[in-house]
Amino acid sequence: MYGKKVKLRFIFLALILASVILIVFLILQSLKENVVYFQSPSEIKSLIELDKKKIRVGGMVKEQSVFINSNEVNFIITDFKKEINVIYSGAVPNLFAEGKGVVAEGFLKDKNYFIATKILAKHDENYMPPEVKKAIGDK
Amino acid sequence: MLANQIGYYSLILGLLFSVLLCRVSIKDFNNTNKQINQNILSLSFLQLVFVIVSFLSLIISFINSDFSNETVFNNSHTTKPLFYKISGTWGNHEGSLLLWLLVLTLFIFLFLIKSREQPKKYRILTLLFQQIIIIGFFLFVLMTSNPFNHLFPTPSEGLGLNPILQDPALAIHPPILYLGYVGTSVIFSSSLAAVTQNYVSKKWAQHIKKWVLVSWIFLTLGIMLGSIWAYYELGWGGFWFWDPVENVSLMPWLTLTALLHCIIVLERRAALTSWVVILSIATFTLSMCGTFLVRSGILNSVHTFANDPARGIFILIFLFVLIILSLGIFFLFHKEKNKDLNNFFWLSKETSILINNWFMMYFLSVVLIGTVYPIFLDVISSEKISVGPPFYQKLIVPFLIPFLFFMSLGPRLKWIKSTIENKNSLIIIFITSVILTFFIIKNLTTDLLFYTVLVSTAFFLFFTTLKELFVKKFNNISQTVAHFGFSLLVLSILFNSILSTEIITNIKIGEKYSYNKGEIFFKKLEERKESNFKSIIAYFEIKNENEKIVELKPEIRIYNQPVIITSEADIKTTLLEDKFLVMNLVKGNEYFNIRYQVKPFMVWIWISVLLLSIGGLMSLFKKRYEK
Repeated sequence: MYGKKVKLRFIFLALILASVILIVFLILQSLKENVVYFQSPSEIKSLIELDKKKIRVGGMVKEQSVFINSNEVNFIITDFKKEINVIYSGAVPNLFAEGKGVVAEGFLKDKNYFIATKILAKHDENYMPPEVKKAIGDK
Repeated sequence: MLANQIGYYSLILGLLFSVLLCRVSIKDFNNTNKQINQNILSLSFLQLVFVIVSFLSLIISFINSDFSNETVFNNSHTTKPLFYKISGTWGNHEGSLLLWLLVLTLFIFLFLIKSREQPKKYRILTLLFQQIIIIGFFLFVLMTSNPFNHLFPTPSEGLGLNPILQDPALAIHPPILYLGYVGTSVIFSSSLAAVTQNYVSKKWAQHIKKWVLVSWIFLTLGIMLGSIWAYYELGWGGFWFWDPVENVSLMPWLTLTALLHCIIVLERRAALTSWVVILSIATFTLSMCGTFLVRSGILNSVHTFANDPARGIFILIFLFVLIILSLGIFFLFHKEKNKDLNNFFWLSKETSILINNWFMMYFLSVVLIGTVYPIFLDVISSEKISVGPPFYQKLIVPFLIPFLFFMSLGPRLKWIKSTIENKNSLIIIFITSVILTFFIIKNLTTDLLFYTVLVSTAFFLFFTTLKELFVKKFNNISQTVAHFGFSLLVLSILFNSILSTEIITNIKIGEKYSYNKGEIFFKKLEERKESNFKSIIAYFEIKNENEKIVELKPEIRIYNQPVIITSEADIKTTLLEDKFLVMNLVKGNEYFNIRYQVKPFMVWIWISVLLLSIGGLMSLFKKRYEK
């Protein structure tokens, strides 16, 4: 009924459609796996169940809370309502200091301890990541 | 003071010339003369002169530290070295937009000079479209980001430039990148003009290819400079972070690379006309989107100079106008010529270039989704998320395997209808690559099968292009060099990521830290004073397995204005590997936080990107195709 050319074109289109669907599926799937959510200390405290996934925690580094020994950096992140202890063994960025904003990436050990795998760098003293702004509200 | 006035009024004059140019060229459009009115050239030249004068006067204000100028006050300081006073001119929002404008006017003038053999109406229309963009930018600069705002009373000292921007690579990064970004505006305008004139043809392709190449070379180099800077300045020891601001520069690069390939199909076979036009529009739109995302403060990074919503909204509206205009023109005027030619034989150069384009579009959509999705989610649900490097690696790296494989075979095919020649030598090269890879990779990684396949295809491309370079010396050497550069790039990135090692520890002065392959010794600390910063220099001795000692001296700098602490990594580069050491001081503690990395083949990443652009450069200066 149809010519050979039409048939070929139909197969071609079907192939393209299939691969596009496959690619969209692939992208969405790995997006779901690799997205990192941001939470404030208060949000973590109100969690019912602990998430095993990697998250980001943001807020202020509490004054007088940084403690360093030969293989770890310990400090407390606060959003002036709730706080959380952070244990980190890695390099801290330039502007990491007490009383400054910070974003840490890692895993929750429990509701009070956060094992950070990365502390995110910032490049401007006055600059505050939107996440941190949100976490500490209007303060 | 005076420079300020001159700069501002030159800008307004420049805008007036835009309006004048539009008037004169519309009048000239229906004139029967074969050549365009000489006045248009002079007007375009004068416009360029005024923008240059405006730009120079801003530079002069910066050199003289004239703090009655708000831009200078916000971004400069008397103690800053002269070189960074000058580079500070484009190291801020207002100045960098002035630079955009400068390049826009420069390019349209060059276009007018270089296109004398082209049809008159096409040239005038290109000028008109370009002037629409130029007027948009003039209005943007004058209304929302005037670089010549006056401050009274005059402050005695400026606020200074963000210290991490005070760096040689970053001083030339914006101009080079802009030459690439703005070069795409010429491609955009001219493709729209060509569509309206029904001139998307072989002749047009031959002429616009030069502009595609120029933009592509500058964009490549600009991205590389930014990447080099990130490598030694940000202290992570990586060169690409899949950060949104990096992604927005990569997106136009991907479409431009696709365009670079399919414009050749248009040039040789007069096919793929619509696709070429769509890519031209997409490339410039993505460049503009990049400017929008970076400048509006939606993405946070060093590029965000100030968060002013008015600016973001202006660019957004401007962007929408351009998109609607260009798509409107495309659908109204574009006629697909000789449809039959679009049916390619499956084994031909055309098909292989199409395959390249498909891959480019795939990479583009991955980067686009990864960059835009978090913004999108934030807007609709105010949920804050980030998409990390694993997302991109997972989706891009496996697809490199077929990509590299087709890249080795594609260029060897002939136009229209082809067969694969020298099958035997190809098979031999392929088998050699696989065996070689297997023995190199064997002990290095856990995911043996995947990496063997991936590295084999990279080696396959490496050897086929290498053979091409030596055997058929003058047959399309520019393409071979560029592809060779790409294979080298993939190989060095792969080996770099597989073989890199890292040690992070906290250490006191005089302490030794031993690890399985050697020892790090923190010898002493020294202080030094420079004109605009105080620096603390640490002396480290690193002993490796062969008892060889390397001395590394990372620095911590405390800048006086603005008060910012930065760490300067110390890097020892050899052909085989980079040794990278960076330290951080955490206030009030005797422990210093250090990060030591050994990164093999680091320098080859830069060399291969240079090779890529050299390939482009050779193509630019190559004589016309031998028929």
